[in-house]
Amino acid sequence: MNPLDSILGTIVTGLILSVVLVFLAKAIAGV
Amino acid sequence: MDILMHLDRWLHLVAGVMWIGLLYYFNFVQVPAMAEAGADSDGPGPAAIGKYVAPRALFWFRWAALATWLSGAYYLWAAPYYSLHGAFTLGIGLNNVQLTSIGLGAWLGTVMLLNVWGIIWPNQKKVLGLKPATDEEKATAKRLAFLASRTNTALSIPMLLFMHASVRGLPF
Repeated sequence: MNPLDSILGTIVTGLILSVVLVFLAKAIAGV
Repeated sequence: MDILMHLDRWLHLVAGVMWIGLLYYFNFVQVPAMAEAGADSDGPGPAAIGKYVAPRALFWFRWAALATWLSGAYYLWAAPYYSLHGAFTLGIGLNNVQLTSIGLGAWLGTVMLLNVWGIIWPNQKKVLGLKPATDEEKATAKRLAFLASRTNTALSIPMLLFMHASVRGLPF
């Protein structure tokens, strides 16, 4: 099942990606 | 040209609200409404939405997307605290979290713009009958446009976070 098929799955995917990218941003910026 | 930069940032926000507002309209309202209308044998059906609403919504959606990206790129170039090159290289080596944040937002927005013009719009033209397609091609086009639209909805969540974080900081 593709999580993007449901609105809830889409929002959860966006939130998980946000958390991952915050860690990436912190690593890149060295903060 | 300070005034131009301020007007451009304003345009970026207005166009961005129109773009993402219509994106959320498609995902939260139109797609489930079309599905319900299609399944409702006693109702008026989804044809009117497809004929009168969707083409108009898509018109403003795709042009607002382009206006948002262009005004955002100009802002990155013109604002003294940003840098177009620095943002798109994610501020690597500069130890500048503002630049890294806006760079991630800019990349997410760029992927979203390419999804709009490269996947959603070409496939929606087939779905809406603006471009000739067989029933099988229409079904594939519908699925592709749907997934690209849902991808953009997911990407909009970190995109908005990073746009804001570049001004006010990361949430954790």
